[in-house]
Amino acid sequence: MRLPLADLYNKPDERNLLDHTRQGIIGKPLDRPEGPLKVSGSATYAAEWKLPGCVDGVLVLASIAQGKVTKIHDKAALAMPGVLAVLADKAMLRRPAQGTAGKAPAQDVAKVEYFGQPVALVVAETFEQARDAALALKVEYKAAKSPIPFDPESPDAKVEKAPDRKAVKGGDLDKAMKNAAFSVDVEYDTPGHASAAMEPHATIAEWQDDKLILRGSYQMLAYNVKEIADCLSISPKKVRILSPYVGGGFGSKLGITHEAVAAAIAAKELGRPVRVVMTRQQVFQAVMRRSETRQRVRLACDAGGKLIGLGHEALVSNLPKEQFAEPVTQATEFLYGGDNRLLKVDVARISRMTAGSVRAPGEAVGMQVLEAAMDELAEKIGIDPIELRKRNLPGKVPVQGTAYSSRMLVEALEQGAQAFGWDQRNAQPCQSREGDWWIGMGVASAARVNMLIPAEARVTLKADGTALVETDQTDIGTGSYAILGQIAGEMLGLPIARVTVVLGDTSLPAGAGSGGSFGAISTGSAVMRACEAIRAKLADKLGCDAEALDLKDGVASSGDTSSPLEHLLDGGDIAEIGSIKPGKTALDYAQASYGAFFAEVAVHAFTGETRVRRMTGAFGFGRVLNAKTARSQCLGGMVWGIGSALTEELAFDLRDGHLVNHDLAEYHVPVHADVPAIEVILLEERDAAASPLQAKGVGELGICGAAGAIANAIHNACGVRVRSFPITLDKVLPHLPDPFAPDPFATAA
Amino acid sequence: MVQIFARVNGTEHPLPQDSRRTLLDWLREDLGLTGAKKGCDHGQCGACTVLVDGRRINSCLSLAQLHEGDEIETIEGIGGADSLSTLQKAFVTHDGFQCGYCTPGQICSAKALMRELAEGWPSAVSEDVAAHPPISGEELRERMSGNLCRCGAYSNIIAAIEEMIAEAPGTPAGRQDA
Repeated sequence: MRLPLADLYNKPDERNLLDHTRQGIIGKPLDRPEGPLKVSGSATYAAEWKLPGCVDGVLVLASIAQGKVTKIHDKAALAMPGVLAVLADKAMLRRPAQGTAGKAPAQDVAKVEYFGQPVALVVAETFEQARDAALALKVEYKAAKSPIPFDPESPDAKVEKAPDRKAVKGGDLDKAMKNAAFSVDVEYDTPGHASAAMEPHATIAEWQDDKLILRGSYQMLAYNVKEIADCLSISPKKVRILSPYVGGGFGSKLGITHEAVAAAIAAKELGRPVRVVMTRQQVFQAVMRRSETRQRVRLACDAGGKLIGLGHEALVSNLPKEQFAEPVTQATEFLYGGDNRLLKVDVARISRMTAGSVRAPGEAVGMQVLEAAMDELAEKIGIDPIELRKRNLPGKVPVQGTAYSSRMLVEALEQGAQAFGWDQRNAQPCQSREGDWWIGMGVASAARVNMLIPAEARVTLKADGTALVETDQTDIGTGSYAILGQIAGEMLGLPIARVTVVLGDTSLPAGAGSGGSFGAISTGSAVMRACEAIRAKLADKLGCDAEALDLKDGVASSGDTSSPLEHLLDGGDIAEIGSIKPGKTALDYAQASYGAFFAEVAVHAFTGETRVRRMTGAFGFGRVLNAKTARSQCLGGMVWGIGSALTEELAFDLRDGHLVNHDLAEYHVPVHADVPAIEVILLEERDAAASPLQAKGVGELGICGAAGAIANAIHNACGVRVRSFPITLDKVLPHLPDPFAPDPFATAA
Repeated sequence: MVQIFARVNGTEHPLPQDSRRTLLDWLREDLGLTGAKKGCDHGQCGACTVLVDGRRINSCLSLAQLHEGDEIETIEGIGGADSLSTLQKAFVTHDGFQCGYCTPGQICSAKALMRELAEGWPSAVSEDVAAHPPISGEELRERMSGNLCRCGAYSNIIAAIEEMIAEAPGTPAGRQDA
């Protein structure tokens, strides 16, 4: 049954239902229900399903960057033991699908657009046989006559305006810069990043007559169904995807990837289930990267430290015709004032693997640069960097004039500062030294746009007084299993043990999927609305108004009347589908999650090595749905911030376009030793414009600006301002002050 | 061909005939013990960590046939979903995982680490390599650094290990039933 409530979220739901329900589990730091499965190794990930007769496929990647496959010498490979097929079907993917594409990305692997593009699939009885044959497979190529550059900075690179983003222009920025009492005009760069989810992309494809079943590792199943169906020219109704456990995604599994289509084609061809697992090196080379960026930031302020102008211009890159351009200026649009402004993103068309969403596209790299530039401005003015930020929070979004929904940036800055001990910071660099280490502190704001996207979920209140939540929503480590159960338990007045959550199956109502920090609030709102419909029916049965219905511990009551749910239900289940779609609230309010980062670093006085000693993050993202999983999301984001600040960088060989560091030994994600104790403060907030839950997204907030705090701490420690991420020791070393000088800051200046 | 055997979680199993099969692929594909994960197949991520005769190794870097007569313990041997060990429970309580893919490797690694500490093995951050290493956060982080977690659950993982150490009876890190 459909809910009487409007699907479209046009008006903020001010009823704030979850503060009036009585179960008392919403927001509580409950353990993840799937935890015991994960810690015992019994949660089934994509490549782990056992299907009778299943065989293994291994992809073969291009060893040139641009050109055509002219011949595949498959005879020798086919003669190898166990080899069943060598495929280079036209329908195989040249590029992965972008998030929410819902249609096929570029197909036909005979054309090579970037080094490491999949060009063929070898299938054999065992993985070892397929791998050997894939390694042995000879592929002939004809190089492209007029290749495009590998380097976004090449004068030959075609530069276009970002196709999916409008520039923001207001007033006269040049004039504001000229008239400014203080200003900075700086250029920063950030390198490409890899999602590097721990589980490599994997799919097991199985055909049952004309129906395709994929067991795979994907983030947004409802979209993935359409993508794979379009790739294979079949009806989406003929596709079912199962993805109950996903070993991390971070954007890399938003859209369908190479292995899924290849597995489906091979399974059809062979009449057997086929599993294709990408190797770690293949994931690095063929799946989405975050674009490198070059960013110019201009900040102009008056004598009082108030911004009068703000410029943020970025150059990013992607393959020709891709619509996605890293939305570097996304948070800059609404974060600070300065009516004279110019914000824009250009995209250079180059030959590297597809650029797409990697955790917090836009803010992840945009915020760290903006926040580092703000630190430079604060230093010029000679005011505390927290004070500078507080002075520049506009009443309405500059140029657009949109009103803000809830914004807890000031609270985050203040509470974070207090918890961290910001008052211990000396504004002057090189004032704190412990042995061979300079010690410094830095701060940065956090901001990430909030998005609600269409979602549905079914909730069944069973006759026995338990509840079942069902949706194709995925849990990629984000906590969907936990929070969807808590929402249902809270709304229906059930202890959490009486709620079961089933996810990751496209035969269930379509949830939002996981990405853009929208999964919890979108699918969570759908669950909430399904529960509201159930509550209405229970109220009918009890003979009271829905508003007067009280549900707790499996008992419905109103005034003097009360009844255990089992009695009220009288042997019948109540099943409802809840649904939500973005509506006018998305346009009427600038919605974002906010926070503040504080970092203390040590910089080695002789080598320039940086170690993060401690970090504090304070975050406001509306209602906290589960304090444990939300905290973990923030922690994880801050760990990404450490990687972005200090170690992570995709390195390309500009002679032939290949990715040099295509594995986890050479692409340095932070390890245990890089991550100190991190403190996370969750602020109490309600944001009715964001969702009926009063909640906003949190999955990506922890990264959005974190690296800026570390960069600023490095400057505060040793006086070196590095404008190129990651801040490796080679970039710090040449500028370090004399470690023996009595007044090092003087020599550094 | 002579059939050789290894014991896994207390049960003897024939090792594979294909000499290319890694210990990891043997456990996952032939024995159905998919708790050990393949994250990189190159010994770079630690998701495949298992214990061989009580020592942790990257099972992706070891060929199965090299393990004749070995006693191998995987996450399944440490504790099932309804029979979790103290350490596994601590991982759940402290949210020492998110996506869960690196988790069995982290737990196997942590279990072996306890024994290494108990036996006095030094690490790169031990100030005196001849002395018994202290159980500090720094030591734990250094010793767990072969196990990557992209979700960034590191602080919670260390908290889980610290809780287990704190709860261990007798000598610090003396507990073996991780």
